[in-house]
Amino acid sequence: MIPPAFDYARPTDLDEAVRTLADAGEDAKVLAGGQSLLPLLRLRLAFPELVVDVGRIPGLRGVREEGDTLVIGALTTHHDVIHDPLVRRHAGLLAQATETVADPAVRHRGTLGGSLAHADPAGDLPAVALALDAELVAVGPGGRRTIPARDFFADYLQSTLAPNELLVEVRLPKREGWGFRYEKFHRVAQSWAMVGVAALVRRENGHIAEARIGLTNMGATPLRASAAEEALVGAGGADAVARAAQSAAEGTRPSRDASASPEYRAHLARVLTKRAVLAATGTG
Amino acid sequence: MTHISVTVDGTTYEDEVEPRLLLVHYLRDRLGLTGTPIGCDTSNCGAGTVELDGTSVKSCTVLAVQADGGEVTTVQGLARDGEWTPLQRSFHEHHALQCGYCTPGMIMAARDLLRENPHPTAEEVRKALEGNLCRCTGYQNIVRAVLAAAQESAAPAARAASAREVTA
Amino acid sequence: MTDQAVEREVGRARLRKEDARLVTGQTTWTDNITVTGLLHLAILRSPMAHARIERIDVSPALERPGVVAAFSGRDLADGLGSLPCAWPVTEDMVLPDHPPIAVDEVRHAGDPVAVVVARDRYAAADALEAIEVDYEPLPPVLDLEAALAEDAPLVHADKGTNRAYVWPLRAGEDYEAVRQRADVVLKRRYEQQRLIPNAMEPRAVVVTPLAASGEYTVYSATQIPHILRIMLSVVTGVPEHKLRVVAPDVGGGFGSKLQVYGEEAVAVAVARKLGRPVKWTESRSEGYLATHHGRGMIQDVEIAATREGRLLGLKVDLLADMGAYLMLVTPGVPILGAFMYPAIYKMDSYDFTCTGVFTTKTPTDAYRGAGRPEATYAIERAMDELAAEVGLDPVEVRRRNWIRHEEFPYTSIAGLTYDSGNYEAATDKALALFGYDDLRAEQAKRNERGDTVRLGIGISTYTEMCGLAPSRVLRDLRYSAGGWEAASIRMLPTGKVEVVTGTSPHGQGHVTCWSQIAADVLGVPFEDVEVVHGDTKVAPQGMDTYGSRSLVVGGAAVHRAAEKVVDKARKVAAHPLEASEDDLEFKGGVFSVKGSPEARKTIQEVAFETFTSHDVPDGMEPTLNAEHVLDPENFSYPHGTHLCAVEVDTETGQTRIRSYVCVDDVGRVINPMIVEGQVHGGLAQGIAQALYEEAVYDTEGNLVSGTMADYLVPSAADLPEFVTDRTETPAVSNPLGVKGVGEAGTIASTPAVVNAIVDALRPLGVHDVRMPCTPERVWEAVRSAQKEGSA
Repeated sequence: MIPPAFDYARPTDLDEAVRTLADAGEDAKVLAGGQSLLPLLRLRLAFPELVVDVGRIPGLRGVREEGDTLVIGALTTHHDVIHDPLVRRHAGLLAQATETVADPAVRHRGTLGGSLAHADPAGDLPAVALALDAELVAVGPGGRRTIPARDFFADYLQSTLAPNELLVEVRLPKREGWGFRYEKFHRVAQSWAMVGVAALVRRENGHIAEARIGLTNMGATPLRASAAEEALVGAGGADAVARAAQSAAEGTRPSRDASASPEYRAHLARVLTKRAVLAATGTG
Repeated sequence: MTHISVTVDGTTYEDEVEPRLLLVHYLRDRLGLTGTPIGCDTSNCGAGTVELDGTSVKSCTVLAVQADGGEVTTVQGLARDGEWTPLQRSFHEHHALQCGYCTPGMIMAARDLLRENPHPTAEEVRKALEGNLCRCTGYQNIVRAVLAAAQESAAPAARAASAREVTA
Repeated sequence: MTDQAVEREVGRARLRKEDARLVTGQTTWTDNITVTGLLHLAILRSPMAHARIERIDVSPALERPGVVAAFSGRDLADGLGSLPCAWPVTEDMVLPDHPPIAVDEVRHAGDPVAVVVARDRYAAADALEAIEVDYEPLPPVLDLEAALAEDAPLVHADKGTNRAYVWPLRAGEDYEAVRQRADVVLKRRYEQQRLIPNAMEPRAVVVTPLAASGEYTVYSATQIPHILRIMLSVVTGVPEHKLRVVAPDVGGGFGSKLQVYGEEAVAVAVARKLGRPVKWTESRSEGYLATHHGRGMIQDVEIAATREGRLLGLKVDLLADMGAYLMLVTPGVPILGAFMYPAIYKMDSYDFTCTGVFTTKTPTDAYRGAGRPEATYAIERAMDELAAEVGLDPVEVRRRNWIRHEEFPYTSIAGLTYDSGNYEAATDKALALFGYDDLRAEQAKRNERGDTVRLGIGISTYTEMCGLAPSRVLRDLRYSAGGWEAASIRMLPTGKVEVVTGTSPHGQGHVTCWSQIAADVLGVPFEDVEVVHGDTKVAPQGMDTYGSRSLVVGGAAVHRAAEKVVDKARKVAAHPLEASEDDLEFKGGVFSVKGSPEARKTIQEVAFETFTSHDVPDGMEPTLNAEHVLDPENFSYPHGTHLCAVEVDTETGQTRIRSYVCVDDVGRVINPMIVEGQVHGGLAQGIAQALYEEAVYDTEGNLVSGTMADYLVPSAADLPEFVTDRTETPAVSNPLGVKGVGEAGTIASTPAVVNAIVDALRPLGVHDVRMPCTPERVWEAVRSAQKEGSA
């Protein structure tokens, strides 16, 4: 199908982008890679008056280190995230999860910032951002502000970005010595995660010292499996992990749709948490 | 209307386009380059895969204005002086197409894979083609064709010796 | 030998002539066609499953930029008749009116209500939003059993019932009597979910009118240009001789383009009204509503057997979802299946009833296999249940019941005469390739250990009726057309050959295969043959392509026509050689006088001499043209054995196919490469039905799986590598010995996969999983079996 008509702006720098967004108000949509926005437009599920193409703004692409922090430009494509040596070294979970996003052609265009700003609970990266304790840096008329991932996802397809703010950076604390695993469960390679579990685990003396679990598609927003995280502390063997994973769906509100019931999603969250944690500890 | 300048298969075009115009419609309806087809409206089928600035993209999920200043290669721009690329030959020789509607996208996606991973395993080929749907072949011969093209690129001399066709 | 070197073509894996255009993008898909002044159509469709159109106003659309015209259904009603149903399966079948574009009432989500004509496709799409329609909702009719209840809301109120027809077939002994003496009676219900065919090329139509002479050329992404020409003539009133229908490059069909669609008629009507060429191309999600669906049946199956596992009788009660209207062959699809439930097995009684039911959903019609996959699924699932019940290996229970190879020709209880086959040979070969015994041993071990991931082994043995069809049989089935196919061959003055076929390929490779057949008979090089098809102007006669008929009927017609050309050439050659025709030998394209091989002429020389006509026999027409219309004497019956091994994760319900082996017997093979390709593609679609695909409707009658993101067509990453092999038992009912291969893979694979899943879970108490066997359904099946087990 065919997108509805819209006006188009292609700001050349960040200031211009922010000004353009501020002038446009609620009826503008930000276009980065377009891999989420264009399908919505083609199905006429979105009718923006203005599309602000930020794809050519310099400085928003690429990965760098700032001390203990990894800084990823919002326009860095999935493809570049996957292949970036710094990401692979310091945020392997992100690289691994990004490899499961859509397909290669989409990953060439789609961006990390775009995926997070789209705030789709079925998207793979929001849960990963939660698990990694990412910080999201936005620029607006009032300047820069940093939003912790846990405060970023407001509701289904809604972030806490203001309409006149632009996501510019994703900051991740480097995680040395953590095991990780993204377990994605889907029916065909291309389909969205029915449930996904992003697990980060730090072990001490053969026991889990700390676990961080992000859940994909277990509610209107990505979630942390806090109860399971707590229960996992001190777990040694596979049985203990399995027991702790039983609480993975606590506090979640998974939806019912054509692909799964809430009950089944909850079950999957438990099974996948167990598997992800075991894989992350290298014992799976 | 927005002014764009796009190089497609070696020719540079200057045009005024509506911002909402999809790259695939620009190729097909404005430039008459109908070798790139459209198979869906959700970015799933991959039939319209082309190369934009050196990497594969789904031309139905890119606006023509996003390709401004860019270089596009379609299936129509692959052959040089009538000489097919190894992938085109290999698709033919391994019967990797039946109706052929998915073929342009499959070839472009496979080309992208072989650029990044010149010696893929069968499983890597399957994974790399996950965004391209075919309803005729069951994919088996597509996988064979991509593997064979990879091998050929590795050892062009061996090509002459490889079976032109199999008599069963 | 001095014969010119012409290799034998039939049986060779010739690379396809079709490919050059396709791998270079030089194609003529219908949507690629453009002509000066072309206008674009966009169609407004009902968002409701069932409603009365209270008011419709298209005039606001006319205000939109680029819009040339807009029409409601009523605006076009005068020039358009009802869309045709060519298969009134019973005398009293309920045949509702089916306007190409709805006038008063919409009966499924996606039913067209208005059309906009604009200068480009963007303008047309925009203007749809301006059209105003008031709908008065009517109750949707969604469930097949509920639809038949006394007080059910009606899809077609004027017809007074949702029951389209009841079609019985009873054969052999009385079923009740047989049931009485059976040791084992098993009753099972299977559901064939609705499927969306998903040819990769969406439908499209271009109509160019020649107003002065009232002529129309219709380019359509269709499988059936010839049938479409006749039917469009009836629907639009354009005389048949003023209609030219062209099927250009067509990107797959699988039955979905075996149809006469409303949009095709509407395009003609609009082109006629405006005197301008028009184009309509569906989007994928639009096609999900507007292009016919397949399957959609509830199958109540009962088998009666001895405790040794011998079948005594089979009773099948079928509810078949027609959808909202009866389209071209909608009612006949389950009837094609009626003959296949007994499959390869011998039995004493068969009792079949099919009830066609209207629902407020997209109409169903042929989808790859059309009736036969459904039948094969039910009987093959039931045979596994019987095996489990009597404690036999599933292979053994089939052996005890199938027709042995020495029993051919064999008339099945459903009345079909299977001309040839060897089920033992195909099965033995498949078992060996599969490593059946080793896998069973591994399975036993894993079951004993109680592994979380279970191994399951599924078998499916099948036959199908292909090569539709002997015209007299079609008469008996009340089908409104014949089953012949036409071929004509023109040998040109330079010895090159044009084959004109009535088949209409859309990916099958007819150009290559027909070239092989003609080259062999005529003794000319493969490269010297051109095959022309898909245009009623240049290939005026044909019955088109569906039902694995093209090779069996159309390819055989090519063979016969080529023989006639040789006969003519023989007459021309004999004359200057001063020999009698009987004394001429023809081999490798050369006529020579028996006993004096130096007296010879190539067929190319004969072609030129025929052209000059200086020295042809008296009374002979100076052409080497010949035509043959072949009406098959019987169906053909491919068969085979498919084996599937799955790993089922009982914790998540996820199924992974570990190995898949099939041995098909499609008779003599013209091109093994193409045969293998057909099998691969068929397997993919059959496996997709078992595991992935389903057209899901909500309780309001909206199609929930409404885009390709929701309807799961598997990719390369979701399917396994297949091991395919063949046995070759030639058909005896056609001159080529061929049987057809287009549907075999689809028919056999679905039950093989589901049998494997159930086999994996049977030790846990599971007896069935509804298709598609989604992880959740598998998980649920295991869970409820465990609950029952512990209860």
